[in-house]
Amino acid sequence: MENNKVLEAVGLSKYFYDPVKFKVLKEINVSINHGDFVSIVGKSGCGKSTLLYLLSTMDTDYDGQIFIHKELVTGKTDKELALIRNEKIGFVFQFHYLLAEYNVLKNVMLPGMKLGKYSNQEIEHRAMKHLKTLDMEDQALKMPNQLSGGQKQRVAIARALINDPQIIMGDEPTGNLDKKNSDLVFDIFNKLTQEQNQTLLVVTHDTDFAERTNRIITMEDGKVIL
Amino acid sequence: MNFKLILNIALHLLRARLKQTIVAAVGVTFGIAMFISLVSFMHGLNDLLDGLMLNRTPHVLLYNEIKPSEKQPVSLADDYKNNVNFIHSIKPKDRGKSIYNGKTIIKVLKEDARIIDVAPKVTTPVFFNSGTIEISGIVNGIDVLPEEKLFKISDYIIEGKVADLLQNNSIIIGKGLADKMLLSKGDIIKITTSKGNLASLKIVGISEIGIAEIDNTMSYTSLATVQKILGEPTNYITDIQIKLFDMASTPAVAKEFRDKFNLDTIDYQTANSQFETGSTVRSIISYAVGVVLLIVAGFGIYNILNMMIYEKMDSIAILKATGFSGNDVKWIFVSLSIIIGLAGGLFGLLFGYIFSSIIDVIPFETASLPTIKTYPINYNPLFYVIGITFALFTTTIAGLFPALKASKVDPVEIIRGK
Repeated sequence: MENNKVLEAVGLSKYFYDPVKFKVLKEINVSINHGDFVSIVGKSGCGKSTLLYLLSTMDTDYDGQIFIHKELVTGKTDKELALIRNEKIGFVFQFHYLLAEYNVLKNVMLPGMKLGKYSNQEIEHRAMKHLKTLDMEDQALKMPNQLSGGQKQRVAIARALINDPQIIMGDEPTGNLDKKNSDLVFDIFNKLTQEQNQTLLVVTHDTDFAERTNRIITMEDGKVIL
Repeated sequence: MNFKLILNIALHLLRARLKQTIVAAVGVTFGIAMFISLVSFMHGLNDLLDGLMLNRTPHVLLYNEIKPSEKQPVSLADDYKNNVNFIHSIKPKDRGKSIYNGKTIIKVLKEDARIIDVAPKVTTPVFFNSGTIEISGIVNGIDVLPEEKLFKISDYIIEGKVADLLQNNSIIIGKGLADKMLLSKGDIIKITTSKGNLASLKIVGISEIGIAEIDNTMSYTSLATVQKILGEPTNYITDIQIKLFDMASTPAVAKEFRDKFNLDTIDYQTANSQFETGSTVRSIISYAVGVVLLIVAGFGIYNILNMMIYEKMDSIAILKATGFSGNDVKWIFVSLSIIIGLAGGLFGLLFGYIFSSIIDVIPFETASLPTIKTYPINYNPLFYVIGITFALFTTTIAGLFPALKASKVDPVEIIRGK
């Protein structure tokens, strides 16, 4: 198992400076193994989202070290980090963040086109495949504003999958959804772990959701307590 | 960096805000169109006014000036070397205005590869007699063919032909002169030279340059005729006019000939420096107005891009989250403004050309400029190059600041804010 770490944080601390200096995260050590479906839970303000954004490389203002796929990402340039996010991390947020100017298919394809690893036809083919597994292939040519909330979130998941990321990170991915759609999203995540051995790290305060994942990290006052 | 993708995103953002984009581009179009028509018109006007002067002015004029002896006897005396000398006993020598050995000089000059052509001339003050009054004026004895080649005098002949000057004892007089003396083509005019010689010449044409001072005094006749009136031999020449292929080299060439032929020379730049000044000032004004218009258009672009960035914060955040670097985002917005600048600029060039063409056909008839029928326009392609460069420069700068702001958007702040 030791050789199987997708993500590892060593001695991670983070401060907020406004309005007063305040230590949000206190020397956190955490590692995620390949194929894990991990949820981070905790009360509001315990720093769980903050931890996720540090691990996602989007927030670079911290003490400690983060390894993605055993590669130290701490201190890398904006450009290098962008490439890492593009290639190795998929994101699903509470809000779908689809670009209103593009149709569903293009939205899914965009990170793939940015990576430029495959030709556009190949990316389109892969995007359609992902949309198909999410049961969305008949919506591919619609614009995002023509979709329901649950459908939008599924498109966002397809977008997260397009570059075959090492890890998918979710910040309250079901936070805006009703029970039925939440279950749908959970089932999709679960299927991804079981069928494709996809690693998932999800911040949630939905306890139902968390209890069904195979590992729960509980946080309190900036520390991991479990 | 994947420029195709960045351009694609930029175009999609533009399409989503088509109306604002068009407004921004129209600002640039207007600025460039005004710039082009203004500069073309100003330069057309400059060319017209310069042409009035320059067409009739040789690039280099060789002549003999009457001047005092440079070496006064007193300055040769060793005793007074360190004293101030105010005794000028030697008055200007009368070498005459004739250029010594003029024919040889002309022959040498005609073989010079830098020179378009050489036109010898004899200028002499005369009195035109009309009944009891005498009007002072000037007779230019010209070598008709080279004079026509260099100065296009036929442009200013409103009656008759220049070639008629080749007949003996013929003269073309200025319109002012003709009006004053009630003379017309075919009449005989009597002139008296400064030495008292009297001659009768037949008027074969009337000229009008548009400058009253000149039209009231000037007349043209052939070299041979004027030499005959003055009672001088055929090698009597007072001016040698030269036009060069390379106008910029004029002062240097003038100096070279001054030393080589031991004559006085004057180049057109020195002779007409006030015209140059006027042209420069007019150019500066038109460029300044153009730049101001473009700066205003630049502010429009800046505003619209700024608004777009606030509207598209979410898009910027997700682009950054999914792997677009700050640099990529910056280029998206810079290319946005370059597209606006390029589209607006190209339309500006087109409209500028159309406006210039319209000005070009507006009638502009003035008695003083007989050859001009419409407003003058200079269609120099350089103005169009400057215009589009300006457009791209200002729009890029205007886009750069919002783009830098967009590149610094912190995705965490946006995403967590929801």
